[in-house]
Amino acid sequence: MADDRETQTAVGRRHFLGGVIASGAATAGAVLAPAAQAAEPKPTKPAVLPPSAHGAAAETGVPPDLGRIKGTPGSDFMVDVIKSLDIKYVPSNCASSFRALHESLIDYGGNTQPEFLTCMHEESAVAMAHGYFKIAGKPLLTLCHGTVGLQHASMAMYNAWCDRVPVIVVGGNDTDAAYRPPGVPTFHAAQDINAMVRDYTKWDDAPVSLQHFSQSFIRAYKIAMTPPYGPVAISLDAALQMAPVHPHAGQMPYIPRYVPTSPPQGDSGAVKEAARLLALADNPVIVADRSARTPAGIALLVELAELLQAKVIDQGSRMNFPRTHYLNSPAAAVANADVILGLELSDFWATVNSYTDNGDNDGHGVNATRIKPNTKLISINAVDLITKSNYQDFQRFQVIDVQMAADAQATLPALIEAVKSAISKDRLDAIAKRAEAAKKAFAEEQVRTRTAAALGWEASPISTARLVMETFDAVKHLDWSLVASEGNVSNWPNRLWPMEKHHHWIGRSGGYGVGYGAPASVGAALANRDLGRFSVSIQSDGDLMYAPGVLWTAAKHKIPLLSVMHNNRGYHQEVMHIQRLANFRNRKVNLDGDMGPVGTSIEKPDIEYHKLAESMGWWAKGPIKDAAALRVALKEAVEVVKSGHPALLNVWTQPR
Amino acid sequence: MKLQNFLTSLVIVGGLMGMPVQAQSDLAAAEKGKTAFVQNGCWQCHGFSGQGGVAGAKLAPEPKPLEFYNVFVRYSNGPMPPYSAKVLSNQDLSDIHAYLKYIPKGLDYKSIPLLNQ
Repeated sequence: MADDRETQTAVGRRHFLGGVIASGAATAGAVLAPAAQAAEPKPTKPAVLPPSAHGAAAETGVPPDLGRIKGTPGSDFMVDVIKSLDIKYVPSNCASSFRALHESLIDYGGNTQPEFLTCMHEESAVAMAHGYFKIAGKPLLTLCHGTVGLQHASMAMYNAWCDRVPVIVVGGNDTDAAYRPPGVPTFHAAQDINAMVRDYTKWDDAPVSLQHFSQSFIRAYKIAMTPPYGPVAISLDAALQMAPVHPHAGQMPYIPRYVPTSPPQGDSGAVKEAARLLALADNPVIVADRSARTPAGIALLVELAELLQAKVIDQGSRMNFPRTHYLNSPAAAVANADVILGLELSDFWATVNSYTDNGDNDGHGVNATRIKPNTKLISINAVDLITKSNYQDFQRFQVIDVQMAADAQATLPALIEAVKSAISKDRLDAIAKRAEAAKKAFAEEQVRTRTAAALGWEASPISTARLVMETFDAVKHLDWSLVASEGNVSNWPNRLWPMEKHHHWIGRSGGYGVGYGAPASVGAALANRDLGRFSVSIQSDGDLMYAPGVLWTAAKHKIPLLSVMHNNRGYHQEVMHIQRLANFRNRKVNLDGDMGPVGTSIEKPDIEYHKLAESMGWWAKGPIKDAAALRVALKEAVEVVKSGHPALLNVWTQPR
Repeated sequence: MKLQNFLTSLVIVGGLMGMPVQAQSDLAAAEKGKTAFVQNGCWQCHGFSGQGGVAGAKLAPEPKPLEFYNVFVRYSNGPMPPYSAKVLSNQDLSDIHAYLKYIPKGLDYKSIPLLNQ
C-alpha cells in the first residue's frame, strides 16, 4: 500500500518521465512520420525571423532557478548520514548511477568529510581504502557504478575480505525497471546487484527508503568495524537518491547513533586451558599473522612472549612483533615446539605442514608435517565467526586442540593474566633459560640473514637485498612507513629493516590479487600524509600495470609517496611455474627470445615506468641498473616526497 | 652484464697473454655456462649471480662440486624441479658449473655499512 511519500515520489517520477517520453515522441514524430509532415500547412513566413523579446531573453539571459526537484534531495540526507561517521575520503570513479549522491557530496556537503578523490578504476578506489585503513584505523567509503563498477571493484573487495579490512562500498543501481532510463543505465542495473560480492562481504543491503538507508549505513559501518573486520556493500537506488526527503508517518528520517560493538573475546574456560598448556610447555612458540589490529596489539604480544620467553614467528599480514626483539624467530621455529599458539592465522595448516610442488602424487605435490607429533595447537581467530562456503580463504583443515572463535588482541589481556596465574614458581628457571637460548639463536639468525643479503651485493641488475637496504638508508632518519612490498623481494624488508612500530609495515593484499600494491600504497600514503609520516613502497612492475591510473590520483590529490620499483621485467612467479612444469614434463621451455617462458616476460619493449609516472604528474627517474645511480636517485626522490609530491624510481632488479 | 664482460675480457686477454690452455678452456666454458645459466632458467630462482633467495638456494660463490650437481640436478625431488639430460645436456651442466666457479667471492657483510646498522 502506497503511503504519502511513495505516492508523491511515484507521481513526480511519472510526470518527469512522462514529459521526457512526450517530448521524445514529438521529436520522433517530426523525423519519422512523413504522412503527418505532408499534412502540415506550408509555412507562410520566412524560415528565419528576429527573436521575440521573450525568446532572446531565454537564449541569452541567466536562467531562473529551475527548481525541478522540490524539497531537500534524498542524497543530501545521505550525506548527513555519511558525515555522522567522520569518514574522511571517498575515493571513487564517477558514475551516473550515483550522480545525485556525488552532487550532494561536493555541493551540499562542501566536499569535506568526506572529500571526493578522483579515481580511474573502482579496483584502485577500493584498494586505496584498503591501504588507508591499515594506517588510519578508520574505513573509507567508496562509490561504485552499477554492475560494471562493482565488477571492477570486486577483486579489490576480495583482497579486503581476505585481509580482514573494512571498506564501505556503496554501489549505484537503478532498481525500478518500469521507470529507469532505457539503454546504458539498464545495462548497468541488476535485480540483486550485491549477489556478485556477497560471498566476500560481511553484510550487504539494498535500502528502499531514506530511513532504511540511514539504518543500513550505520549498521554496515558497525558490522565492518566489528572484528573480524571486513568489507560491506550497500546498493543505492538511483531514484531514492533523487527523491525528496519527506516525513513518514509524521516523522522525518533520523540518523541512528553509531556505537561501536565490542570485539569477541575468548571463552574463559578455553583461555584458562590455553594458559595451562603454555605455562607447562618446554618450548612454546607463538605464531601471529593479523594479531595486532592496533599499535596496542604489539605491546600485548611482547608482554605474553616475554612472560613465557616464547619465540614469536610473525607471518607479517600485520606488524605484530618487533623485528629487533630477540624472541623474533623464523618460520622454522615451529619444528621444536611442544605448544603452538596461533593468533589470527590465515593458514594454520600451512604453518605446521609443508607442501612441495614436485610433481609427485599425480601432480598434486607432497605434503609433510613440520612439527613434532603430539605438539598441542591453540588458535585464537575471529575469522572462525564469519567463515563462508564458496571462496576457500579459510584454507585447508587443521585439527586444533584449543580453538577460540575470538579476536586475538581482545583476548590477549585475559590470556596474559591466566598465564601469570598458571606459571608455577618451579618453572621460572626453565623459562629464564629459554631467554638465553633465544638471544643466542636471534644473534645467529642475524648473521645468517646479513650473510645472505651480502651475496650478489654488487650485481647488476641490482640485487633485491641491495634495493631494499639502499631504500632503507634513504628513509631511516624519517618517520617511515613501508606501505607495500610487492613482487617478492625475498622478504628482505621484514628480515632487515628494524620494524618496531605498527605503521612500519602494514602487510600484504590478503587475497594475493595482483594489482593491490600501487593503489593500496597510495591509500596508505594518504593516511600517512595526514599523520605527518613518510611513505615508501617497493612497487613491482606487473602489479603497477593492472591499473596505473592510480598514479594520476596520487598526483592530483598531492599524496606524497616514494615508490621504488622492483622491476624484474616479468610475472616472476609464473616464470618459475612454467619452467617447473616444463621440467616435470621433460620439455625444453619455449622462451621465444625472451628471458622467461612465453607469456611471462614483460620486456621487448621494456616499459618505461618512469615516463609513465611522469606523464601523470610524478617526479620519476629510470631505468636505474646499478646501485651507485640508485643511491643518488633515492636522495633526490626523498626530497621530492618530503616536499609533498609522489616520486617513482624505475629500478631494474634481480628476479627475487 | 658486468660478469659477462669480465669473462669475455678474461678470455680475450688470456689468449693474448699466453694463458695456459686449460685455463683458457675453463674461461671459454664459463662464458658458455653463463649463457646456458640464463637460457635454462637457473637465474629464475637462484639470481643472475647465483646468489639465491627465497625461491632458490645460493649456488655461488664457491659452488658445490660438479659431481653433486650431476646427481642433484637430475634427480631432485624437492622444490627444485629436475632437469633431464634432454632438457639440460651434460655439457651445458658442466659449463654452468664452470661459470659458477668463476663468480668471484663477494663482500663480507661486515664490510658493508648498510648491513651493519
